[in-house]
Amino acid sequence: MKPSKRSYGIAALLTMAAMLWSQVQAATPAELLAGYSTQAGIAASAQRGEQLFNATHGKEWSCTSCHGTAPTQGGKHASTGKPIGALAPSANAQRFSDTAKVEKWFRRNCNDVLGRECSATEKADVMSWLIGLKP
Amino acid sequence: MSARLKARWRLALLCASVATLGATHAAWADDQRASRVPPLPEYTQECASCHLAFPPGLLPAASWRRIMDNLPRHYGTDASLDPALTRKLAAWLEAHAGTSKRAREQPPEDRITRAAWFVREHDEVPASTWKLPAVKSPANCSACHTQAEQGDFRERNIRIPR
Repeated sequence: MKPSKRSYGIAALLTMAAMLWSQVQAATPAELLAGYSTQAGIAASAQRGEQLFNATHGKEWSCTSCHGTAPTQGGKHASTGKPIGALAPSANAQRFSDTAKVEKWFRRNCNDVLGRECSATEKADVMSWLIGLKP
Repeated sequence: MSARLKARWRLALLCASVATLGATHAAWADDQRASRVPPLPEYTQECASCHLAFPPGLLPAASWRRIMDNLPRHYGTDASLDPALTRKLAAWLEAHAGTSKRAREQPPEDRITRAAWFVREHDEVPASTWKLPAVKSPANCSACHTQAEQGDFRERNIRIPR
């Protein structure tokens, strides 16, 4: 039997869905935190995360330079002034919902603030603090 | 010079200025059209997190190439992307890069805001305006060009904050 147009359509849709799924790598903040904590091998500390977030680390910027001192509210890009949405998941449901995106921004921003990549412990600490913040 | 010759001379001058104006306007209209290339979704997604998704026609291909080759050191920040996406965005930017006479110039540091045409177009903006907290940087197009995100930089849509 010749495959109908509809079955081609369904196959195409399924392929597209699979492609989208693999690109988005959907996750919840709790799953991501659990992943980083496992990698770190020690329990995450919200207190350490808060310190890391607010401090400067030998470079011009801290995390707060762009994200503001209250991550439940938005920030502003330190050089361009472009508004940045709130970082705390309780205030912004899109945060920490895509593994690749989270990894990309940790890589870039840790490099800007610390001059190196962040360790799994540091990522878990910051996430644990952010997840605990209530608007 | 006879009165008749003078009149002819004036007419010639008038024609020349009209022609120059027309040509300038045509070039400007070209740039305006070029700035409205429908953006690649990935371009907006990646680049507009930090700044306006600048229309690709505002820089020549050579400038875009250098920018895309240096994303980890992008005007003071790490804007690195994975290699496949970097290549895709670079190809799109170069394909839609500026080719008009004014956009062919490779501005210092590959900054749109340092291009001669940009400086000329903004020469009447007072220094105090650039320093306003709502403006902050000449790269912050949307501060005054209310439709910049749609690629529309027309005079009529300019609102300068006070």
